[in-house]
Amino acid sequence: MVNETTKALARNLNFHYGAVQALRNINIPIFEKQVTALIGPSGCGKTTFLRCFNRMHDLYPNNRYEGEIILYPETRNIISPDVDPIEIRMRISMVFQKPNPFPKSIYENVAYGLRVRGVSDKRFLDERVETSLRGAAIWDEVKDRINSLAYELSGGQQQRLCIARALATDPEIILFDEPTSALDPSATSKIEELIMELKNTVTILIVTHNMQQAARISDRTGFMMLGELIEFDQTVKIFTTPSEKLTEEYITGRFG
Amino acid sequence: MNDLKQRIAYNKRWDTAFMIAGLLSTLVGFFLLTALMIDLFMDGAERLSYTFLTSFPSRFPEKAGILSAWVGSFLVLLVTVFAAIPIGIAAGIYLEEYARKNWITNFIELNIVNLAGVPSIVYGLLAVGMFVQIMKLGESILTGGLTLGLLILPMVIMATRESIRAIPTMIREASYATGATKWQTVRWHILPYSMGGILTGIIIGLSRAIGETAPIITVGALTFIAFLPTSPISYEFPFFSVKWFMDPFTVVPIQMFNWVSRPQQAFQVNAAAAGIILMVMTLLMNGIAIYIRYRFRKRIKW
Amino acid sequence: MAQFQRKTSQKIREGLIEGLLFVSALFSVVITLSILGILAYESYGFFAEVSFWEFITERTWTPLFSNPKFGILPLVMGTLLTTVIAVTVALPLGLVTAIYLSEYAPHRAREILKPVLELLAAVPTVVYGYFALLFLTPILQMFIPDLSGFNALSPGIIMGIMIIPYVSSVSEDAMAAVPMQIREGSYAMGATKFQTAFKVLIPAAFSGIAAAFIIGISRAIGETMVVAIAAGGQPNFTVNPLEPVQTLTAYIVAVSLGDVPFGTIEYKTIFAAGITLFFMTLGFNILGFWLRKRIREAY
Repeated sequence: MVNETTKALARNLNFHYGAVQALRNINIPIFEKQVTALIGPSGCGKTTFLRCFNRMHDLYPNNRYEGEIILYPETRNIISPDVDPIEIRMRISMVFQKPNPFPKSIYENVAYGLRVRGVSDKRFLDERVETSLRGAAIWDEVKDRINSLAYELSGGQQQRLCIARALATDPEIILFDEPTSALDPSATSKIEELIMELKNTVTILIVTHNMQQAARISDRTGFMMLGELIEFDQTVKIFTTPSEKLTEEYITGRFG
Repeated sequence: MNDLKQRIAYNKRWDTAFMIAGLLSTLVGFFLLTALMIDLFMDGAERLSYTFLTSFPSRFPEKAGILSAWVGSFLVLLVTVFAAIPIGIAAGIYLEEYARKNWITNFIELNIVNLAGVPSIVYGLLAVGMFVQIMKLGESILTGGLTLGLLILPMVIMATRESIRAIPTMIREASYATGATKWQTVRWHILPYSMGGILTGIIIGLSRAIGETAPIITVGALTFIAFLPTSPISYEFPFFSVKWFMDPFTVVPIQMFNWVSRPQQAFQVNAAAAGIILMVMTLLMNGIAIYIRYRFRKRIKW
Repeated sequence: MAQFQRKTSQKIREGLIEGLLFVSALFSVVITLSILGILAYESYGFFAEVSFWEFITERTWTPLFSNPKFGILPLVMGTLLTTVIAVTVALPLGLVTAIYLSEYAPHRAREILKPVLELLAAVPTVVYGYFALLFLTPILQMFIPDLSGFNALSPGIIMGIMIIPYVSSVSEDAMAAVPMQIREGSYAMGATKFQTAFKVLIPAAFSGIAAAFIIGISRAIGETMVVAIAAGGQPNFTVNPLEPVQTLTAYIVAVSLGDVPFGTIEYKTIFAAGITLFFMTLGFNILGFWLRKRIREAY
């Protein structure tokens, strides 16, 4: 087995939406420069779990975190109220389910994260924008119209643009929330290829309702149900010889 | 890492500064209203009395009252109610339940939106040209009421439409599924369920009508009336008279305008007192409207 | 045998009812046409006696003098001057208020603040006029000794504050229409509310905010009583807000108060002023409507 470093660790993580408990005692390690996938039926809490990592729940009232998510190497609990969510979001990026480019040009979309950090040097921005667009495998398609509106791109291209936007700030982890569920099969496969390349530089945590996708691209998979983590293991093992009965039933399509 | 933290702190300072600016700008209106009400009260409270409410205007400020004005306001509003409400609700029902998406409908909607934005004084000009001159209705309560009716018509239509829109399609479908006709559905379901919102809109429209001055001036309301319009209730058959329709009249905001335009300081006290009455009426009507909206929302939960 | 056909009489009744409702809806078109008709008819009579060229170029408006001058410009300037002041107050404050209410204010605070704003729009304008003349002008005179008793500044400011609710509610609607996903996309990048509001939300809600601005402008142009009471009764071709001015609307009121016989040239002047006013606001209203339709279509 290759040397594995832990990038993040969820420890006894509980989460409440108001009076409803959505996550129960989740314990999961996220390994550096690997793709970790989360699967499970609708409403199992996988997206809720993902959004804990970049403190998205802070945007809405009546949400409560309990437990810890430790980010390495500083070993800090990023869901502690003492930790600034803005700082976390500058280090952990997110790609959403439906592509959500801003009503701006392609260039400005990618540069947004840098501008938020106060970067204004044009040459630096130009360079970064190009690197990110290349990293998202979309540079060739847009380099001639980099100042045109992002909305003019197709759905699949928009999603790759959002990935470029997420890459531009050099994140330590990228969170993917069902990134291909709104896309057609060819766009989906392009993004899956992209993710498998990106893992060489960034840690990736992906939520997907498409089991085959998880099987294709992830190194480790976690199966969740009703807010609990049922099983977590190497992807190969989960999909061939799962330990839990529930996992097996889900994989074989008994429910969900 | 320190760089990042500094940048974040900088961003946050702007954020906080804007939050304070935002709160202050939102409160500007509140401060103005408070200052206005205190000022009115301090200027005019001394004149508020039973005598004030029951006297006619006079050359002497201490003796001048708003009797003819508030009676006039009341009668004009009565006409406004019958002018604006039936047509407004009917138009609203048509647009929401019957109208198809064609250019006629778009044109009608554009008209209504435009009318909502037409300055109130233009309605006054319409009234002078049409009601006073062409239809020979004279500078009367009827004219005044019709003018205000036209003014608040767009408001009634829009309030009706919004209330009707809030009714879920399921309810309509349930009614049609029992074999009801369109009108039956409207009469037994749509109208009753949207009444709360419609009433709210009507009351808010009427509260606006009470405060309107410009179109009424144009129509020729007098500013010095020392008599009351003919009473609607008479002693002989048929016990109800419409002669008051054609009588000259004045309304409270015009009386206030007249007093504020006089140079003598004493009349300004009267103006302030009339202003207090107007504010009380406005606040009362808005309060009732909000209460109705609240009660209706509690009763019907979709 | 069960009856599956509707009685013809019921069909006729349904048709009649629909017809009646349609006529009610059509009535709004009748009103617009009547307004245009009356204004056009009386203005036609006016322009039969007064040259259009004089109307739009002459800088004096003295229709009641023995040697009358009919230049509409002083009245138009009065309207524009007070409108510019009002809009300078209303647009920034309205937009900032809208951003605060939509992005910053806690739910409880919104519930209290929004009705207060609605109340601001419900106060009778004659009361605002009183306030401008007898409260604000004296206060301003303490800081600006040159300020005359009737001036454009004081009613302009009051009109501005009066218009804030119109600007802020339409702007707020426009921003609320921006999907949550776009907001989340911005926050996920570590942006603050301030950055999100200005870099993402305002550009996204732009046509709605423009519509709000236009509604505010249109409202200021049409305002009557505040300026009739506090701005003065003398037409004055000036850009100085410290001087008295008369607006198109205030002029109509002033003439209506007097004893002007029907059919005279003085009577017709109010319609000339009226049609000028109507076209000024019509243009803005149409623009605003079209922009608001675009918000709904964009998402």
